[in-house]
Amino acid sequence: MTTETQQIDAQQIDRADLVEYLLRLGDNSMILGQRLCEWCGHGPVLEEDIALSNVALDLIGQARLIYTHAGEVEGKGQTEDDIAFLRDVFDWKNVHLVEQPNGDFADTMARQFMIDCYNVELFSALTKSTDDQLAAIAAKTLKEVTYHRRHSGEWVIRLGDGTDESHRRIQAAFDRHWIFVEELFESDDLDARITAAGIGPDPKSLRPAWDSMMDRVLSEATLTRPTADFPRSGGRKGEHSEYLGYILADMQFMQRAYPGMDW
Amino acid sequence: MSTNAKEWPLWEVFVRSRQGLSHKHAGSLRAVDAEMAIQNARDVYTRRREGESVWVVLASDIHASQPEERGAFFDPADDKIFRHPTFYTVPDGVENM
Amino acid sequence: MSDQAHLSPEDESGAARFQALLDREEKIEPRDWMPDRYRKLLVRQISQHAHSEVVGMLPEGNWLTRAPTLKRKAVLLAKIQDEAGHALYLYSACETLGTSREETIEALLDGRAKYSSIFNYPVPTWADVGAIGWLVDGAAIVNQVMLCRCSYGPYARAMERICKEESFHQRQGYEIMIKLAQGTPAQKKLAQDALNRWWWPSLMMFGPHDSESTHGNQSTEWKIKRRSNDDLRQHFIDMTVPQAEFLGLTVPDPDLKWNEDRGHYDFGPINWDEFKAVLKGGGPVGRERMAARRAAHDDGAWVREAAIAHAEKRKARQHAAAAE
Repeated sequence: MTTETQQIDAQQIDRADLVEYLLRLGDNSMILGQRLCEWCGHGPVLEEDIALSNVALDLIGQARLIYTHAGEVEGKGQTEDDIAFLRDVFDWKNVHLVEQPNGDFADTMARQFMIDCYNVELFSALTKSTDDQLAAIAAKTLKEVTYHRRHSGEWVIRLGDGTDESHRRIQAAFDRHWIFVEELFESDDLDARITAAGIGPDPKSLRPAWDSMMDRVLSEATLTRPTADFPRSGGRKGEHSEYLGYILADMQFMQRAYPGMDW
Repeated sequence: MSTNAKEWPLWEVFVRSRQGLSHKHAGSLRAVDAEMAIQNARDVYTRRREGESVWVVLASDIHASQPEERGAFFDPADDKIFRHPTFYTVPDGVENM
Repeated sequence: MSDQAHLSPEDESGAARFQALLDREEKIEPRDWMPDRYRKLLVRQISQHAHSEVVGMLPEGNWLTRAPTLKRKAVLLAKIQDEAGHALYLYSACETLGTSREETIEALLDGRAKYSSIFNYPVPTWADVGAIGWLVDGAAIVNQVMLCRCSYGPYARAMERICKEESFHQRQGYEIMIKLAQGTPAQKKLAQDALNRWWWPSLMMFGPHDSESTHGNQSTEWKIKRRSNDDLRQHFIDMTVPQAEFLGLTVPDPDLKWNEDRGHYDFGPINWDEFKAVLKGGGPVGRERMAARRAAHDDGAWVREAAIAHAEKRKARQHAAAAE
């Protein structure tokens, strides 16, 4: 894609920076989509099974678009599959939140609502990206994640303000996942360069809107906003929990057992 | 196993496939309230972009005519053939009718 | 509903109308009078079909997290999701006969209701996912196309929708097989092994021979079933053998050969002992399939209850607000 490359060069963006940034975006969608695949066939009711699959399909679709774009920017002929299936743990740039196990339905919904709220703010900022291709992907993605947030938000309210058991479970789920909030809004030097070039927003800037949406829904759900003593960090730089290795072992099984084949 | 748990109410789903057409019955599903029914309808019945708009109606709110009364209800319309334009002959040469 | 042997006057006129509708090839609709046994036969068949869709999600679902490309992963997820949708359409059709989804699912979970025994076979390799799409969905489609003409309106309509959606299912499976058959020797071996595993079970999906079939006659008279088991099976074989030849794979039946006189393929004897054993004993992974279904149902109970509880609270609050 020569036009695209020229455009990016014109903005003085280091190509490696942009690839790295795209991986941070794509890896979140990929790993969460992979996690949601585990729900297929095991949902609490058929309608919800179908709904979760729809969310997973959107996420996998996002990852594919972003990886394809990353491969083109990089210019070394890497396909979406090369990027998804041939990297080890430390090369993955997703946040810790998305690699957490599905747990029970409350864990899945708490995790989902947290990331959905984040994604709505992130992708709505990305629709204004100076990288036209990324802006186009963001416009499509924004519609999807807006629906995801509506779906998970409704469930958070239902479970919070449902039965004693569901209240207890969803509160515990938020408590468990709250240590992963800070990481969503961490900024580093790469973010500074990306922001300066108008490619994407400073993660810190997404926080107020995220907080206000979270507070509104937690309060309607009669839930207490948790606090986190030892927040996790570093996923976007390649530091991960042990879970990611297992996720990749599963996801990359075929590529490892049958290297270099076409499927 | 929770055999005594209450079942979610049944909803009927109507989908408008595109602007300009009326909503058509697509099927049914279960949901606890209208919001969930609309979301489920979207996920279950419009996965292939079958719709522009969905209606959901509680199945218990639908009232229907009785099949046994079909004769009394509908047969009397059979012989009112003069309601159809084909009942009339328009002479050759007369147009726009 | 009264026993057919002692028909009340209403039943007698209902029965006459029922027969007249059948004779005119018109559909029976939910509120129409219908013989008790017609209703029971349909509930049994439709619920069995619905359960097969739900249980059928599991074997392929096992491969979602391991699909070899992102495209295959997305396609497979969309396909399995469709199966959940199909189960839902079928449970809905069952509800029109007065049997709630909860009751129907209870019957599956406590072992009273059956599902297609094909899903009690394991899916050890990626090639099995291809073979299931090609053969199992292929066989299912042959049956379902026939059921689009079934006499019960809601079932026929569900089938029409399902057939429309399923048309990509078999193709995605065959596409997987093509890639394997055109691939490395290791991939070809995967494909051949999978065909060996799934060929005979797929033929068994059409049920016992017509001479042995217990529900065949009544079902045919009532125009639920429009073609016989053997007829459908032969049709499937005739369609599928050339597809296997195109792949360069060998159908695991030494007796298989084209019969010019009949205009059909002749094929070897089916091992009905295996069929019965799998049906009865749950097959190699029947226990795991049912355990997964029960776990999903049990683990989901608190979620379903919470959703109801919340809806009731919300309604109560709306009433209270309106009363003020």
